[in-house]
Amino acid sequence: MTEILSDSSYMIESLPEVWFGLVVFALGVYLLLDGFDFGLGILFAEADESDREVLLAAFGPLWKANEVWLVLFGTVLFAGFPAVYANILSRHYLLVFAILLALSLRGLGSKLREERDDEEWVRFWDACFVAGSIASPFLLGVFVASWVLGEASALAIAPLVVGVTVVALSIVLGAAFLGVKTRGELRDHVTRRGRQATGIYVGLFVLTAITLFVQYPGLHTVLLSASTAAIVVATVVFSIATVFAAFRERYHAAFLGAAGLAAAFVVFVGTLLYPAIDPAAGLSVRDAVVSPLPLNMTTIFAAIFMPIIVGYFLFLYSLFSGPATPEQSYG
Amino acid sequence: MHASQPTSATDAVLTVLTTEIWPILAFLTPELASRIQFGWTITIHIIFAALSVGLAPFLVYFTVQEVRTGKQRYARLRKFWTKIFAVGFIMGTVTGIPMGFMFGTNFAAFSQTAGELIGGPLSFEAKMAFMMEAVFLGVLLFGRERVSDWFYALSSFMVALGAWLSAFWILVVNSWMQTPRGYEVVMEDGLPIAQLTDPMAAFFNPRFPWMYVHMQNAAVISVTLLIAGIAAYFVWKNRDSEVWKTALRVTVVVLLLTSAFQAIHGDMYGRHVAETQPHKFAAMEAHYETGQADLHLIAIPTELESITDPRADNLYTISIPHLASFLAEGDPTAEITGLNDFEYESPPVAWVFWSFRVMVGLGFWFIALGAWGTYRLWRGGLADDDRLLKALMVSSPLGFIALITGWYVAEIGRQPWIIQDVLTTAEGVSPPLSGTEATLTLIAFVIGYVLLFSVFLYVLKRIVDEEASRHEVGIEEDNRPDSPGVTADD
Repeated sequence: MTEILSDSSYMIESLPEVWFGLVVFALGVYLLLDGFDFGLGILFAEADESDREVLLAAFGPLWKANEVWLVLFGTVLFAGFPAVYANILSRHYLLVFAILLALSLRGLGSKLREERDDEEWVRFWDACFVAGSIASPFLLGVFVASWVLGEASALAIAPLVVGVTVVALSIVLGAAFLGVKTRGELRDHVTRRGRQATGIYVGLFVLTAITLFVQYPGLHTVLLSASTAAIVVATVVFSIATVFAAFRERYHAAFLGAAGLAAAFVVFVGTLLYPAIDPAAGLSVRDAVVSPLPLNMTTIFAAIFMPIIVGYFLFLYSLFSGPATPEQSYG
Repeated sequence: MHASQPTSATDAVLTVLTTEIWPILAFLTPELASRIQFGWTITIHIIFAALSVGLAPFLVYFTVQEVRTGKQRYARLRKFWTKIFAVGFIMGTVTGIPMGFMFGTNFAAFSQTAGELIGGPLSFEAKMAFMMEAVFLGVLLFGRERVSDWFYALSSFMVALGAWLSAFWILVVNSWMQTPRGYEVVMEDGLPIAQLTDPMAAFFNPRFPWMYVHMQNAAVISVTLLIAGIAAYFVWKNRDSEVWKTALRVTVVVLLLTSAFQAIHGDMYGRHVAETQPHKFAAMEAHYETGQADLHLIAIPTELESITDPRADNLYTISIPHLASFLAEGDPTAEITGLNDFEYESPPVAWVFWSFRVMVGLGFWFIALGAWGTYRLWRGGLADDDRLLKALMVSSPLGFIALITGWYVAEIGRQPWIIQDVLTTAEGVSPPLSGTEATLTLIAFVIGYVLLFSVFLYVLKRIVDEEASRHEVGIEEDNRPDSPGVTADD
């Protein structure tokens, strides 16, 4: 092991690319897991009080662990590509803090509503929860798009379109998750919303592609490539599969379909970026990656701990599988 | 020009906003605003971090006792403190995530320079520790009826392990900034980059063991005082409360042991600081002129100016001659370099000097309190000594004050360096950051964290009030573990 560490070259020739893949993977898992949390928070807006209890119970034991993937994404990026971490965060300074504010609002909202039996208090924190759940995916979408497109201003058109697209994707994911976790009328209602959101998402995905094509001539090669075509086909196939499975009341299958949509989205992000990793600063993966010793070391850590983390999640989700009941929520 | 006339009104407004209004909001420089922002957020965050670290071993103790003896009193203590742990964990996450991102947003140049050294440990923290803590906390809060008793106890242990490992990696990063090792500096695009050459030397740098032991013990002391204070309150209200008398008995003994250990360890730690960061040591003693130094046990400002600018000679002090020299070098006549003789500017001496005195003063009070409680436990009358109970109640937040001031000594005492002798804080600030942006987020953080902390205190009070309103029946008789259906949050 010390031999590998002290060696002055990467333990695998393509290790920087592997780490780029790991960054995209962590972002994707975060988009999937917190994505359904966000969607649940948005669907929360039109639920009545007893349904709200069920919704909170459905994600109560899971959401903290889901959110850790944001930290994992940030630290994987920092460990592999510190210059990129420093650049994109300082460049989008206010946007980053807006994301953190939105995430805090929803985190606190869901917890603090339980702390007092006062109508006004509960409504206030509910509103924070819903507002944070809409703002978080929107701002995250804007942030990721500004990064990938090398936009200096977050107020450009394309990032805003992507932000709305990610909100729609979150609703699809949230509805699919609740299809598994709820029963009866509530389930019928959320899956109906999920079907509508899937249609809207596909429309927005196409709109995003068109916006990129019109506004970024530099991306024409990527957008017209076979991999982009495959991503578009995958998005259409997964959305049809999701809607179809929901109609057939195959809720687990519908959730897998929605997860496929999230995966296609994040692969699209990776395709647009690579081989750059910070287009605004003109940095490629090879430019920005840390030197061999620290990367070899963190790779060994990642090789040991990523399977353990996946194990934790399988355990956690199986422990809290089955339909949610209001009694489960804490208070 | 005329063609663009229709949009010029919006343009004009935007121009005024960006060139006239926006810069006015820059009350502070990016550096100063960033430093205050980081210092302020950590002041609040460290309370929750310490709460996790310090409470975790108690949760393990209560849970294991509950499972082992089946006594309801341990179940009660476990439930009560699990609730507080959960709120603290959420607050810790909410207040802590921004700090990780601030490395990139506010201190981008520092992140680039030190990325190879600190990116790894931060990712290890997330992978090894934070993830484990979050997952098993889910089990602890929601899984009482879903897992076996022993697995439940194991989950509490995993949460504790997560909290302690998390602090481990954070302090690896911080101690490296104090005594950097295992790297070599190369210049890349005009920026110094610290390249990792020896991970073991970097992670287990000279400061690390001192800092880890001192910090973790400080967290345990803080939480011990909190538990003791709340237990004293319940015992004071109800002398027959077996539940809270149990907690009181445990905490007074733990307090005595941990605070006595902290004093001995702190003394040795001081000597290490004098060796490795002599300017910090000089600031701790407000020692300006090189020469032998006395130790000032008690310092009282004679005028207002000595509060903001303490100098050992213009304070009214009770001092032990030559002791600071002796502490630093083991020789009473040793010369201690004064602040005037360093090539770089001094840290803000007032913060370091007074923080150090608050920390040490409180430390001695904790030893006295622990000794008093332990004596009462030994001779009897622990639950009936009203003065002791009141002293414990009043002292319940003081551990956190000592911890925060100790942190100020370590961090403010290191200035002007962000990485000792490698990079100054001024050089570490993000190049593109404007004073306006930094000032705006600073204001938001001040307001936001005050609100968060108030909410935390409110929730804490609610949990205490709820417990106070309960009747304690059948505690001794009922030796069954929790019956199914009673959840962690019934």
